[in-house]
Amino acid sequence: MDILVCVKRVPDTAENEIEVNSSGSDIERDDLVYSVNEWDNYAVEEAIQIRDNSGGAVTVVTVGDEESEEVLRREMAMGADNGILCSDEAFEGSDGKGIATILKSVVEKGNYDLILTGAQADDGAGEVGGMLAAMLDMPYASLVNSIEIVNDKMIKVGREIEGGNQEMNEIDLPCVLSIQTGINEPRYVGIRGIRKVASVEIPVLGVSDLGLSAEAVGKSGAKVTRQDYFVPDLGEGAEILEGSTEEIIEKLIEMLKSKGGIK
Amino acid sequence: MAQQIFAYINHNDGAADDTALEFVTAAKKITSDGAVTAIVTGSGANLDTVCNELAASYNEVWKIDSDALAYPNAEVVRKALINILPGDSIVLFAHNTFGMDIAPGLSVKTDSAFISDVVDIEGVDGPNLKVVRQEFGGQVSTHVTADISSGAVINVRPGSFQPDESKAAGGQVADKSGEAGDLAARRRYIEVVEAEVGDVDITKSDVLVSIGRGIEEEDNIEIAEELAEAMGAVVSCSRPIVDSKWLEKSRQVGTSGQTVKPKVYMAMGISGSFQHMGGLKGSPFIVAVNKNIKAPIFQFADVGVVADILEFMPELTEKINEIK
Repeated sequence: MDILVCVKRVPDTAENEIEVNSSGSDIERDDLVYSVNEWDNYAVEEAIQIRDNSGGAVTVVTVGDEESEEVLRREMAMGADNGILCSDEAFEGSDGKGIATILKSVVEKGNYDLILTGAQADDGAGEVGGMLAAMLDMPYASLVNSIEIVNDKMIKVGREIEGGNQEMNEIDLPCVLSIQTGINEPRYVGIRGIRKVASVEIPVLGVSDLGLSAEAVGKSGAKVTRQDYFVPDLGEGAEILEGSTEEIIEKLIEMLKSKGGIK
Repeated sequence: MAQQIFAYINHNDGAADDTALEFVTAAKKITSDGAVTAIVTGSGANLDTVCNELAASYNEVWKIDSDALAYPNAEVVRKALINILPGDSIVLFAHNTFGMDIAPGLSVKTDSAFISDVVDIEGVDGPNLKVVRQEFGGQVSTHVTADISSGAVINVRPGSFQPDESKAAGGQVADKSGEAGDLAARRRYIEVVEAEVGDVDITKSDVLVSIGRGIEEEDNIEIAEELAEAMGAVVSCSRPIVDSKWLEKSRQVGTSGQTVKPKVYMAMGISGSFQHMGGLKGSPFIVAVNKNIKAPIFQFADVGVVADILEFMPELTEKINEIK
């Protein structure tokens, strides 16, 4: 089974506090630690496991600048066979549909049975997988937390739905799935693994390589545009306890007692 | 505005989801007359019950009754919607596991703008709708504009708009079942597998010590268990702990886990995503301890402490045990 996994390089929220810059035009990007989007790691791990069980190849693709190549190498160090970097000035400012349009061209240049994305990334929209499927006229399932290969025409997938329940579906191949965290345990990638793939060539594809028109993607093709970043005034929020740890604990225990938090 | 606004209603066992009345409020922020049509798909008597209930709040209720829609399979519902929606429609969905499944693809098929997980709507200016979204797990907000002149699909975050309880619309139910068209699908629903019940029922506890990413390592869970024992509480958790397989799924608080109504909720190293907070009901007294002062949990909590839980929890445990 040939599988394409779409990944994204994002600021690592576990490593950074995200702050708005002084003009509100962007977040503070100095000193940010970047990594591969958490959901995408699960998608790549799932793809590798499927390939190891039923053959084929795993290709990872991303849309981004030169620095995005590092996330492709990381996923190749995990075990993906090939990488594709879509990079072009014309891609800058793309909305979800712009990204999906670029990825559609990548899919059409190959012959994939299964296309995976993470369920969401840093902007929390969770939109590219569903858009890509619709553009390709392939069936789609989101928030997938189990995959069982039935045969080369059909798979069985579980979707995470409300209340911890799981919705089971049959879905015809080829299809697009967005992968939820927890579906597997992504393998650890060490420095040595990344060194091994350091010299593997990763093709870089731009607008003309993909047969796209520059107007269809990037800023000019975007119907949805982020205007600014801001920190909302959400009213009071929590009363932050201050003082020495001892004083804080004393105050907290009094509060907990009065609220029935200590039995 | 000439464009018609629709809201797709989630329902279960003959009752509309809470978001049904929130859409009415959201629609009024898009168009001044607030005219909005509910779309309800399903089959049988429960469907009629929901439609009749919604007629009080919506100008019009479009009912699509079909065996193929007995369970809301996103691909099947999308096909039906494409067949019945007028061009340039604005369609609202709840940003839940169904809305996330159907909406992005629908926006492609109807060639309209898609705006995901909207928490507020500022209004329309010319062809553009201006809304508020959040990024990075709620750490920052953004204003987003979308050209909605050829239609829009908008996913609204549950709980972000006040429900409109006026029930003064006096609407009619219109049966659109005949217009749904061919509903054959390449994704076929099989069944819902109910969540497993764990050895501890976190929904029954008045006090929860709930841990998130801040616990850092599986071995540190013991620290939370000791605090829970001192407080007479039970340990629950947020999603990353279950993803790491450190605690069973039945311990997870959130929309994709358990809904809990404790009196006191100790959020220890939990950032406070809306999916997590969505599982917390009944206005508990929330204590948040987190290293990151920017963590959204401090907006929801009553009391906050900026500290490393791995240092703070043992000291709190010790002090509670001393005074007992």
